[in-house]
Amino acid sequence: MAANVKKTDYFPYLLLVPALIVTLLIVAWPVVETIRLSFTDASLKLTENYVGLENYEKMFARKFPETIFRTFYWMGVSVSLKMIIGIAGAALLNAAVPGRNLFRVLVMPPWIVPIAIGVFIWSWMYNGQFGMISGLLQRFGLIAEPMEFLAFRNSAFFSTIVTDVWIGTPLVTIYLLAAMQGVRPDLLEAAWVDGAGRFYRFRRITLPLIMPAVATMSLLSAIWTFNSFDIIWILTEGGPRDATTTMIIDTYKTAISRFKYGEGSARAVMIVLFLTLFAGFYFLMISRIAKKEVGND
Amino acid sequence: MINKYRWWELVLIYCGMAVFLTFILAPFLEAFMVSLRPITSIFSIPYRFITDEMSFESYFSMWSSVPLLWLYMFNSFMIAAAVTFFALMAVIPAAYAFARFEFKGRDGMLTAFLAINMVSGAVLLIPLYKVMQQMGLLNTYFAMITPGVAFSIPTGIWLLRSYLMKIPKELEEAAWADGASRLYTLRRVILPIAMPGIVVVAIATFIGAYAQQFLFALTFNSVNELNPLPVGLFQFFGRQTVVWNELMAASLVGILPVLIVYIFLQKYIVSGLTAGALKE
Repeated sequence: MAANVKKTDYFPYLLLVPALIVTLLIVAWPVVETIRLSFTDASLKLTENYVGLENYEKMFARKFPETIFRTFYWMGVSVSLKMIIGIAGAALLNAAVPGRNLFRVLVMPPWIVPIAIGVFIWSWMYNGQFGMISGLLQRFGLIAEPMEFLAFRNSAFFSTIVTDVWIGTPLVTIYLLAAMQGVRPDLLEAAWVDGAGRFYRFRRITLPLIMPAVATMSLLSAIWTFNSFDIIWILTEGGPRDATTTMIIDTYKTAISRFKYGEGSARAVMIVLFLTLFAGFYFLMISRIAKKEVGND
Repeated sequence: MINKYRWWELVLIYCGMAVFLTFILAPFLEAFMVSLRPITSIFSIPYRFITDEMSFESYFSMWSSVPLLWLYMFNSFMIAAAVTFFALMAVIPAAYAFARFEFKGRDGMLTAFLAINMVSGAVLLIPLYKVMQQMGLLNTYFAMITPGVAFSIPTGIWLLRSYLMKIPKELEEAAWADGASRLYTLRRVILPIAMPGIVVVAIATFIGAYAQQFLFALTFNSVNELNPLPVGLFQFFGRQTVVWNELMAASLVGILPVLIVYIFLQKYIVSGLTAGALKE
């Protein structure tokens, strides 16, 4: 209201200028340009023509629904594993036992080191002839022959997921740990006085209270996993026979490897559409949670 | 005592912890073991965790196989440091504006900034490539720095804004009453008090920028001397005969600095990372 009476104050807008310039140039404009390119036949040629919906028609004719399904399947399995391992890990780290500070420090490294380097190491471990995983499984008699994990469609699919889980779990764990530490101790003590066991307290008090954090993290993790590029690209480049080609990998292969900018942009637009949907969910959820908390106070 | 554990509970907790930490740390341990093996026993069948003749030899020989290793490490550090610097230049004033001022479109803009977090660079590569080309930035450090800055601004704003909102307004009002300009107030009054928050944002930005140096460098840079560590090592990776022991040694040496930094600053890093994902 005050703003209507006074002259408009330009100072806050000035403060935003540097951030706006960078994000408009690097994010906003490219999004608009991607949408425009998706209706053209842009490629390495110097000219580009408007082609209407042709790129989209081509895309859907070429097994695109399958790619969408695969992306969501990959994301679903990966995020579920991250959340399950993350909740279990956070509960363990939250236990007041000697050594827990050390354990907390040891959880983070996969997230701290450059993603690509962690993936290099995994690609060695998946090696069939000499790798650790195949070697150990053989030693324990679980497989008879050396297993080249990245060479078969199914095993490659789940191998890339395991690596993705390895990289994503630390943050989920630490975040949920922070949420667990935010649970008011008097609630737990009251239940303890009433004779509630440890597991009961966890299931009936801690878990329900951290549910908003679990929900928020699941959605954030889903968005990051959806965008996951480095892991799959280094391990399999989307192969074998497209088994690990998610939407991001598909877009990269079309646009950057095959120089079909127009068709690649159409795929990128589809990703942006899905991400917008996720973002919508995310903002709806945080405002819901915020409202609930106000109501509870 | 509520925190007293029975013996079987302790056993359960430590067993669970052991499984959990094995999953997290086994790759690093295996990388270390591989780096110690001579190349002949790396390719030994059946697999053995400990092989004969382990030595640190590959840590010496790798410098001739990967002659630019120092440079890659330096580049990685440079790029992450530059991203952090430029991101802070944009984040500090923007976070201040969002924390302190009422203006038209504020909430909308804040939401828009947050939405950037959900887009990944891989989606925007085609037009980004053109932007870089037109600005003449391809094959320069800036081709790798600028996208990093843009994608770390949103989290930075979100983190620092919530920190700034906790600083009492009276401090600025007192400065204004003494006739200080608003820019002067930001520089001389707010910045010093907000330093702990800024440090957390800086560390979180640095770690993020250091961990994600693959895609943009791979796509926008083809000058080997400018490559950051991940892309520098990736070249060795695609070859017919990967010299695994040296590659693992180089990887471990390459990530050592950031691991050391992490051990010393882990408190800040953890709080920065978790706050970045938290809503407040």
